[in-house]
Amino acid sequence: MNESRNPVELFEEKAKAVSALVTRVASMREAVAYALDVCDTKQACQLLVSGCSEPLSEKGQALCETKQQKVIAAPGLPPELFAELEAGARERGVLCVEKGMREHLGGVDIGFTLVDFGIAETGTLVINSNSEELRLATMIAEFHVAVLSRSKIRETSRDLEAELAALTSVQPSYTAFVTGASRTADIERVLALGVHGPLELHILLLED
Amino acid sequence: MQHAKNLKEYRAELREALGDEFLRQAMDKFARFYPGARARAFAGMDVDGLIHEIAEAKDKAAARMDELYEAFKAKAEAAGVVVHLARTAREANEIIAAIAKENEVKRIVKSKSMTAEEIHLNHHLEAEGYEVTETDLGEWIIQLRGEGPTHMVMPAIHLSRYQVADLFSEVTHQKQEVDIEKLVKVARRELRPRYIEAEMGISGANMAVVETGAIGIVTNEGNARLVTTLPRVHVALMGLDKLTPTLAEGLRVLRVLPRNATGQAISSYVTWINGRNECASSPDGKKIMHIVFLDNGRSALARDPLFSQVLRCVRCGACANVCPVYRLVGGHRYGHIYIGAIGLILTYFFHGRDKAKNLVQNCINCGACKAVCAAGIDLPMLIKEIHARILDEEGHSAPSTLLAAVLKNRKLFHTLLRSAKLAQKPLASGGYIRHLPMLLAKDQGFRTLPAIAAKPFRDLWPRIRPETKSPRYRVGLFSGCVQDFVYPEQCVAAVNVVAGKGAALDFPLDQSCCGLPVVMMGEIEAAREVARQNIRALDPGKYDYILTLCASCASHLKHGYLKLLGDDPAWAVKVRQFADKVIDFSSFAHDVLKLGPEDFRKDGGSVTYHAPCHLCRGLGVKDAPRDLLRDAGLDYKPSEEEEVCCGFGGTFSMKFPELSAELLAKKLEHAEATGAQTLVTDCPGCVMQLRGGLEKKGSSMRVKHMAEILAQQIK
Repeated sequence: MNESRNPVELFEEKAKAVSALVTRVASMREAVAYALDVCDTKQACQLLVSGCSEPLSEKGQALCETKQQKVIAAPGLPPELFAELEAGARERGVLCVEKGMREHLGGVDIGFTLVDFGIAETGTLVINSNSEELRLATMIAEFHVAVLSRSKIRETSRDLEAELAALTSVQPSYTAFVTGASRTADIERVLALGVHGPLELHILLLED
Repeated sequence: MQHAKNLKEYRAELREALGDEFLRQAMDKFARFYPGARARAFAGMDVDGLIHEIAEAKDKAAARMDELYEAFKAKAEAAGVVVHLARTAREANEIIAAIAKENEVKRIVKSKSMTAEEIHLNHHLEAEGYEVTETDLGEWIIQLRGEGPTHMVMPAIHLSRYQVADLFSEVTHQKQEVDIEKLVKVARRELRPRYIEAEMGISGANMAVVETGAIGIVTNEGNARLVTTLPRVHVALMGLDKLTPTLAEGLRVLRVLPRNATGQAISSYVTWINGRNECASSPDGKKIMHIVFLDNGRSALARDPLFSQVLRCVRCGACANVCPVYRLVGGHRYGHIYIGAIGLILTYFFHGRDKAKNLVQNCINCGACKAVCAAGIDLPMLIKEIHARILDEEGHSAPSTLLAAVLKNRKLFHTLLRSAKLAQKPLASGGYIRHLPMLLAKDQGFRTLPAIAAKPFRDLWPRIRPETKSPRYRVGLFSGCVQDFVYPEQCVAAVNVVAGKGAALDFPLDQSCCGLPVVMMGEIEAAREVARQNIRALDPGKYDYILTLCASCASHLKHGYLKLLGDDPAWAVKVRQFADKVIDFSSFAHDVLKLGPEDFRKDGGSVTYHAPCHLCRGLGVKDAPRDLLRDAGLDYKPSEEEEVCCGFGGTFSMKFPELSAELLAKKLEHAEATGAQTLVTDCPGCVMQLRGGLEKKGSSMRVKHMAEILAQQIK
């Protein structure tokens, strides 16, 4: 980079450039409210997940039918935060789970997770995904809502080298860099989001 | 995939590809999109510095491949991973099949791996009775069609949405709409059950980091994350060249790979996996994990002083993205498994001479791949070297041996050129050969070819030799054969421009062809002999500059000679001195003589420019010619894709006239679209191609060498 920029602003710009939706939030409570709001008003939560309205093979259709309710998956949250999310979800008639992701492989509506670090120059989230539940929640979900503390954002991957070395040296470990939604351009180079993973990535930048 | 048995069959395949309208459009669209996207992705970064660091680090890693392997193995095995080393493709296939068997696997899901393509892993596993599903969308599509990839990172770039809709209709037994968004969602839902059912996932890997013990996988779709999470067994397959000593080096590759591949700052997902992670479907709750390293000739390559650099390749596919030939014919005709420039090379080492022998001739030597390579691999040079080796292995063809013999003997060569002038007499009219006998000019109808000049430059020289009093520079002029025997007027023009500006010119008559044509034919010994003759003729001790008006000659004299003679103790110093003094005409006029607006007349009309490959990339000269045009009182109108090859490529245009014609047509279309009166370039080969094409189509646009347009404008 030629000039040094405010990493939070740079992060915001770069993440938006790869179609992530970035919102600043002042507290965890606000983040939870955002996730519930996305579920509610933006109608992310729906019985029929993406692709299930297309004409599918019998096997494809059968998996669609295993999803019987609206689901938010939120593994790895501190207990009080999960309780808050769960209470809000229950009011809305939405199931909120923190484990048992393999029971929901047909699809979940929202995956709500915390993020370890952000890399500003690429708009990348670094997520310790050692937990299989967390890994699946961030892949199976239609929308991924991720909470990143602003103080955890570094300008480049080089500025994060020590932390990344520490994360990826743990045995066993599974570390994910996530930049924008799941994407493909394999058909005629036309960009399409949500080929295997989330169709939308919402990043909540938490004040701290 | 390569099936052609000989060049004739290969050419027939190329013609077929040229007729594929969709392919042509798709490739063209991408070729136009890519350079800008790459430039934007690297904006503000020191790209050359990064590439240099990657090259250096990869070379060091290749040199200690065995040690890195042992260290990685120890680290990964401490975390419960089983690490295998497969010496051959066969061994790798058997190891992976044995892992499947021992774990009672029936169904396998795969994420994208070029290494798996290299060893035909799917064929082997399917023959052993396993059900294998590719999960990368492009790979799944080509798997369903029973094809190989046509691009390293965009395997299905050759297919249309209509073809995909038909294919998915078959797979789902449901009529699918021709709508990309919807087709992608269908794939999402159809592949999801496959991940869930599979007992084993196979992935590739972009790096294996020795200091951490983790492997790194770069994807956009996220399929690798599901492949490595849901099934109880994970096998990662990668070449030994993916061993990376430190995470810092891995992160550096990551800064370049996606930017160079698709113009993305980073791919959507990068996944680092270290050891046996949580896995609920495994009996003990932990993933059964195997890593298979493939040698398949890599450790032999690592020990080769010349070819070890191919192990630097990070598989970004950029060499295909910018290749003008790939752009015309697509990946199925421009590689076997690996495609693009690196594919031509890897095919020889991984899949054998038979698959590579036609491919390596289909390089036009424009250098676009070398200029864009993420690891600074000298791809065109290696392709030519392989061509030469195949000739040595299979025997040189009669025309090639004949050309080599003739070029080695300057007097014979020049006598033949002079007698060619006599032979063509009844055929030439107005300077163009109108009716070349078919024998000489097979499929050359797309352009007129020039006649041999009445008097070569060497015969004109004694008469026009200028006297320069108290010269500032002593300059040896190297004409090259085309300007000596076909376009002597270009050299005369150069003499007129240079003479009054303080340069004392000399034109030693013992100089001969620069030797590039024999390099292109794979005749390396003849190329060395010709190089020695020219260095003897133009002794660098006598001159400040060795000036040439031919971009191809200049690039070959400057870089090619060093490669040919640099390691020969008897010639090393002289060839280095020689190379240091070689300069192209535009740089000499602009940078040395410092010609500026005050030296030229105004109102010289409108011009556009074609940048010869060997000037803009071969010598890195980009600004001097364009500045000269503006300074020389000309209205310079830049054209689109000014630095893309015109399709000449010397012997290439004789061997692959269909491809040459297509490249020329595109070039002329861009030039004419500027509305300029004159097309200027810096190389007689390009002049021959461009002028021949314009003449053939009856265009009013004129072609001039830079020396000619400057001679016209100089005061």
